[in-house]
Amino acid sequence: MYKNFAEVKNAITSGVSVLEIVHYYLQNIEKNKECNIFLEVFSDSILTQAKLVDQKIKNKQAGRLAGLVIAIKDNICYKDHRVSASSKILKNFCSLYTSTALQRLLDEDAIVIGRTNCDEFAMGSSNENSAYGHVKNPLNLNKVPGGSSGGSAAAVIANTCTVSLGSDTGGSVRQPASFTGTFGVKPTYGRVSRFGLIAYASSFDQIGVFANTLEDTALVTEIMSGKDSLDSTCSSKQVEKYSVFEKTEKKKIAVFKEVLHNEHLTEDVKNSFSSLLNNLKNEGHEINEISFPYLDVLVPTYYVLTTAEASSNLSRFDGVHYGYRSKDAVGVEETYKKSRSEGFGIEVKRRIMSGTFVLSHGFYDAYYTKAQQVRRIIKEKTKEIFSNNDFILSPTTPNSAFEINSVKDPIQMYLQDIFTVHANLSGNPAISLPLFKDKDGFPFGLQVVANNFFEKELFSFSNYLVKFRND
Amino acid sequence: MKDKYEVVVGLEVHAQLLTKSKAYSSDLNEYGAHPNTNVSVVSLGHPGTLPVMNKKTIEFAIKLGLACHSEISSHQYFARKNYFYPDLPKGYQITQDKTPICTGGFIEIKGENEGQKKIGITRIHMEEDAGKSIHDVDVYDTLIDLNRAGVPLLEIVSEPDIRTSQEAYQYLTEVRKLLRYLDICDGNMEEGSLRCDANISVRLIGETDFGTKVEVKNMNSIKNVQRAIEYEVTRQIEAIEKGEKIDQETRSFDALKGITISMRTKEAANDYRYFPEPDLPPLYISVDQINEVKKTMPALPKELFVKFKTDFGLSDYDAYNLTDNKSLALYFNEVTKNTTHYKVAANLMMGEVKSYLNELGVEIDLFPISPIVIAKLSNLIAEEKVSKTVANQRIFPELLSNPNEEPIDIALRLNLLVESDENNLKSYVVQVLNENKVEKERYQNGEKQLIGFFMGQLMKVSGGKADPKQANSILRELLESSK
Amino acid sequence: MKIDKSTVLHIAHLARLEVKEEELNQMQEDLEKITDFMDLLNKVDTTGVEPLIFMTEEINVLREDNAVESITQKDALKNAAHKDSDYFRIPKVKG
Repeated sequence: MYKNFAEVKNAITSGVSVLEIVHYYLQNIEKNKECNIFLEVFSDSILTQAKLVDQKIKNKQAGRLAGLVIAIKDNICYKDHRVSASSKILKNFCSLYTSTALQRLLDEDAIVIGRTNCDEFAMGSSNENSAYGHVKNPLNLNKVPGGSSGGSAAAVIANTCTVSLGSDTGGSVRQPASFTGTFGVKPTYGRVSRFGLIAYASSFDQIGVFANTLEDTALVTEIMSGKDSLDSTCSSKQVEKYSVFEKTEKKKIAVFKEVLHNEHLTEDVKNSFSSLLNNLKNEGHEINEISFPYLDVLVPTYYVLTTAEASSNLSRFDGVHYGYRSKDAVGVEETYKKSRSEGFGIEVKRRIMSGTFVLSHGFYDAYYTKAQQVRRIIKEKTKEIFSNNDFILSPTTPNSAFEINSVKDPIQMYLQDIFTVHANLSGNPAISLPLFKDKDGFPFGLQVVANNFFEKELFSFSNYLVKFRND
Repeated sequence: MKDKYEVVVGLEVHAQLLTKSKAYSSDLNEYGAHPNTNVSVVSLGHPGTLPVMNKKTIEFAIKLGLACHSEISSHQYFARKNYFYPDLPKGYQITQDKTPICTGGFIEIKGENEGQKKIGITRIHMEEDAGKSIHDVDVYDTLIDLNRAGVPLLEIVSEPDIRTSQEAYQYLTEVRKLLRYLDICDGNMEEGSLRCDANISVRLIGETDFGTKVEVKNMNSIKNVQRAIEYEVTRQIEAIEKGEKIDQETRSFDALKGITISMRTKEAANDYRYFPEPDLPPLYISVDQINEVKKTMPALPKELFVKFKTDFGLSDYDAYNLTDNKSLALYFNEVTKNTTHYKVAANLMMGEVKSYLNELGVEIDLFPISPIVIAKLSNLIAEEKVSKTVANQRIFPELLSNPNEEPIDIALRLNLLVESDENNLKSYVVQVLNENKVEKERYQNGEKQLIGFFMGQLMKVSGGKADPKQANSILRELLESSK
Repeated sequence: MKIDKSTVLHIAHLARLEVKEEELNQMQEDLEKITDFMDLLNKVDTTGVEPLIFMTEEINVLREDNAVESITQKDALKNAAHKDSDYFRIPKVKG
């Protein structure tokens, strides 16, 4: 029940209270405890909020999202609630403000049920890097839900909330959406305010949405989007009505040869993807197989730039004026080194070290400047592709969810993001659609990428694809 | 020994700006508040917070650039300077690295042999201040106050054109004056709103390569900068003469002992890993924008100095002193609108007015007498209607209590107008000569210098009102004739 | 690329991270692997290409110089590990 906002609204219309709906979700949270989805359920505030919304509904003063129950990733700030980026270093940290994107949803009467587990500081592709234990995929407890927003993806598929918020820096919303059979969208860079999103990589991060229906991702994205005076990088471009889907004409679709014939694709993924492309071609859409010679350097470029930005963004966690402080530390130097080394997990430390390295004297030009140059090449190439095509299609992930503890090598884990990082490097909006299942019945997604700030087209075409696939 | 060497000094000045809010966040920018009360989640560097640029900082930077004849950059962005320090909440400072808002320009100071010397400016850029770490108040802990974290700063870097400690003193005086004239910084080194680091080296005269540069910090007054340079130069020369190598290092000035001490710590030089600040979009400054700022520029010290010299015929000395302080200069400028006796007015300003201000320790904003009244008083003096002494010692104090009274009215009321009636003067002279027969005889026997004594007595009996010239000639006449 | 142990320790110091003796080998190995991976970028010819610095299209994003009171002193100190009613505190070096 209440798997999407339409179902919630129908229930409310027929007399169900928001409080009842919340209780239903709370029960499901309890039932799925083993998955370790929630780091904290906001039991007190959610009940209070639910009653307030019920009152508003009664007084016919309710906002557009009245009845919507959201879970937020543990890197999104919510005033007077704890937030920890799934790290020990922020264990009991209580936020003094609410992130702009979340506030816009709250202003429309959405309510927050809890904060979800994720990879520490959003660094990971399997949610195995949390300081609070890994998350299990509700569809199969031996498998990962994906990462870094594994908890948020799991929260939606486990029916513990209507929609959830995650963050996407290299695929951290789309990849878990693929692994859990949910819809997961990353808006254009700068579409949604980053104020209140704990920064991982400033020029890559965006808040994204998980839901069981496309309509819900579109509506939530629409309400969150738009200029924010507290985020200087947030775009001042108009926000269109993403929740109103337009009819789709024949489209020009770009597909990369290097993706289509990629050695890492499993049989299922390869076949499902090719089959869909054929069907689209038969419908009259133009499928352009083009060469994208930069596929191999996407992930390394991403790593140079994101670790560099992260190494700086995470310097504020020093044990001095908030956060974890090592008990035995004496003096400033020890306070820093012990607090940070004890507070951060190994993957975070690896990335901070890598980032510090590429920015350091003597290596800056060879790595950081080089990566910025490659990023420009990628962005220009992408722009060129969109001058001749409407969308880029690919599988979201080369495989469906893998077993917990099965990917040990850091580089192999980084390559999980091979199809998703592109959109973060070039800033494009992208969505994962839960269109496919492998032979064992496990989901994997189709990724659609659109031109910058073409969210309306992205959602409209996605709507077409969902219907197309179901026919 | 010292004469073989040339001193090379460059100064880095940090000026805290008088904006209402901080550089990248809206918390209050105010000196002296209770600790940790002027902070926000942004200036505290809380997770998820982002900077937003204060447009006033840019306006102030442009003003300073215009005043220093610098080039103002049309396209610039910010950078992160990464380092760890307890009063640096984000673990990095948002500054400008490769794209300073101003480049080039100069500050003029008085050269050694007449004329002006230009001290070049390498660059001026915008950045933010850190908070304060207090080490010496508590035995066990360092205390941290983050009120100052995020306050906007302008960093002014000079070319290594300074050649003596006096030039350094003058440069800083001029910079401070300029900042105050522009109303962008209160230039208070003791409070830390103006800070200076010096880069000092020496080389043999004629040598074109620079010697090893030593950075000196912790000088909390312009005088101390001068002292620190003097000490450091001597130290370096002595070392070189002994055959020792100068280490490139940072030293701290000990004001009590007047020496510089090495601040060498175990760690290697800091690698700040500068990279462009991704959270702040680039700035494009148009010519129109610069012209808008130009329109709001106040008169600058140099302008007023030239005006006072050329238009009012004042000496360098007078013009310099009158333009030392902006409000004083503007006050004087007002005075000149109501009198053409500039030198007399200048003397009044530099004499009685300044004494009053110094005694009470106030600025001219708190001076009760208006410029027009001072102008009128100057006119009275210049027209010889009252003597200078009477003006300074009788009328001026009266005006302090009754600032709305006309000086001429005071003079009349207190009977202070110069006595120039021939007959009255004659009777005073006769009185003086009668009361001082011995001295009269001595004068007539050759001690002509006693004329001063008689003039003094004359002033006494006339209550200071005798017209000196007239009185003097009558006195001589009577002395000669009554032999 | 090859990274020697002293570089690892230097980087760790810059990042204020402690790498203990027993962790040093693994960290060195990890960093070498990661930088080898990053060296793949050398495949791309970037001659004459301007580095991409900003992803945002916004320019001249400025705020009026208005002071807004946002948090209390109590809130400012709330999350600190060690503090008094006015200041954040860090223990000094012993002796």
